[in-house]
Amino acid sequence: MKIIVLVKQVPGTDSVKLDPVTGVMVRTGKDTIINPLDENALAEAIRIKNTYPDVKITAVSMGPISAMKAIKEAIAMGADDGVLVSGREFAGSDTIATAKVIAAAIKKTGDFDMILCGERATDGETGQTAAMIAHYLGVPAQTYVSALEVLEDGVIVKRTVESGFERVQVTFPVLVSVNKDISDTGFPTLDGKLKAKKVDVPMLGNAELGFDKSELGLTGSPTRVVKIFSPKLSRDTIMVKANATMQPIDELLSFLVQKDVL
Amino acid sequence: MSMYVNCSIAEAKNLSEFKGVFILGEQRDGKIQAVTFELLTWGRGIADDLGCELACVLLGDEIENLDEVILRGADKVFFIQDPIFKNFLTQPYSNAITRLVNEEKPEVIIAGATTTGRTVMPLVAAKTNTGLTADCTELTIDPDTKLLLQTRPAIGGNIMATIKTPDTRPQMATVRPRSAKQSPVDTSRTGQIIVKNYAGATTMTVEKFLEFIIDTTQAVSIEEADVIIAGGKGMKNAAGFKLVEELADLMGAAVGATRDAVELGWSTYPHQIGLSGKTVSPKLIIAMGIAGKIQFLAGMQTSDVIVAINKDPEAQIFKVADFGIVGDVFEVVPMLIETVKKMKAKA
Repeated sequence: MKIIVLVKQVPGTDSVKLDPVTGVMVRTGKDTIINPLDENALAEAIRIKNTYPDVKITAVSMGPISAMKAIKEAIAMGADDGVLVSGREFAGSDTIATAKVIAAAIKKTGDFDMILCGERATDGETGQTAAMIAHYLGVPAQTYVSALEVLEDGVIVKRTVESGFERVQVTFPVLVSVNKDISDTGFPTLDGKLKAKKVDVPMLGNAELGFDKSELGLTGSPTRVVKIFSPKLSRDTIMVKANATMQPIDELLSFLVQKDVL
Repeated sequence: MSMYVNCSIAEAKNLSEFKGVFILGEQRDGKIQAVTFELLTWGRGIADDLGCELACVLLGDEIENLDEVILRGADKVFFIQDPIFKNFLTQPYSNAITRLVNEEKPEVIIAGATTTGRTVMPLVAAKTNTGLTADCTELTIDPDTKLLLQTRPAIGGNIMATIKTPDTRPQMATVRPRSAKQSPVDTSRTGQIIVKNYAGATTMTVEKFLEFIIDTTQAVSIEEADVIIAGGKGMKNAAGFKLVEELADLMGAAVGATRDAVELGWSTYPHQIGLSGKTVSPKLIIAMGIAGKIQFLAGMQTSDVIVAINKDPEAQIFKVADFGIVGDVFEVVPMLIETVKKMKAKA
């Protein structure tokens, strides 16, 4: 069985910047981590590999050259190999343009049974690229998955939805986007680290994928950022200090009544 | 596996062919979900600004009270009816909605940023080769260009981005649940219910729905709750966290938790608020024993009224709070619980 795990490199801190002109996120490559939910996806792939020895895990990432670090980390944690999708033409792509490129890159790596990824990334937080990738590959997408059971010809997924869980059975090939409950994240192993050092991770650019330039980057993106602005978050906070009396509680409750939320 | 087809968005779409606003309603067990009525508020406003019709799309087997959607603002209801639509499955849902979109050519489609909306809308956007903006908190029509301006929080809510879809149609967005009030019933309204039967290739799927399991700890789900009582590490232990649950129960509120509280096992992941959990914007959230890490604030700072109770006057949570009580949660919260009990007894 072949599993592809999508790993996105995201900023490790909250110091992401937006380009004030294009409104596109600027990633400097410093202090980066694998998107936490992608790590959960990777951990689940490794869990499956530990149960079924013939599993091969390929980590795929799209991003700047520095995203190679994310793939090497994934290999250190247990992926067998990786592919980096990178190229200046891809910069500024929205979710549609990104999904087309990642889907094309996955096709290049050959047949697969399952794609695993986090249900969203902590930087863009759109959570829509995964399903779009599934569309471009012509496979079903199962989202918000918190548990997964491998069958002979497919999987049973448990989706965490509003007010409960849904269990859905689906045949291979399939894309599954996961939440944190799927698996505890793992750690790099010594063997993995050595392997990560040695293994040659191929890079796919547009020369290999062959898109028309008009389909990539900003020109290939149906959405445009019109403006960015800081939300007005500072509130006029009423602060009271608790004491032995009921007064602070009474003040709070009359405030809530006045705000019409009680 | 189907063949991947390269097709450029630059491919000319005759934009003027696209008219009308769609909202994507939701049902569970044949009951129309509250998010549908919020979407009607969004949709009605946009349709009026554009001077066009508002249609509500619902998929299901049997659905109760379809008329209510019209009384609450829709001019038309497209009811795509088939046993396969009883429960959400990605392939038949996305195929059917795409088919309706290709038939009807709406200018705008809005869905809830729910697990269903956030799954099916990307599929429909990709199938119709258009743009989609996730998790908007504001939608307006540009008075000059008549384009849909889609505003969403980005980078953990630290910045807002306004996005448009200038050259492709439909213009698609998901909006955060609770970002609008439910549209009121107006019994004088009339409209048309159009039943669509798409049995055949459209309803075929390799997916099989097995079961829905209710999570009893989510009697009130945090995405849909008016009031959330949330607890963090300051609740000290599982027994301490029970105070959060007690107050929530008393107030008919949902229970929220920080990542720490979930990782310590005091609550479960469906209750987690923040960057790696859920984003909520209730009318009222009371944060108890929560320091206010940026990851948590990102998930709740658009709430209408924020109350914080924490013993550290410098805690970051107070920076986003409307009302802060500096004090020990184990003294303040029991007093609050007693007071609410008395209020309820009186009422």
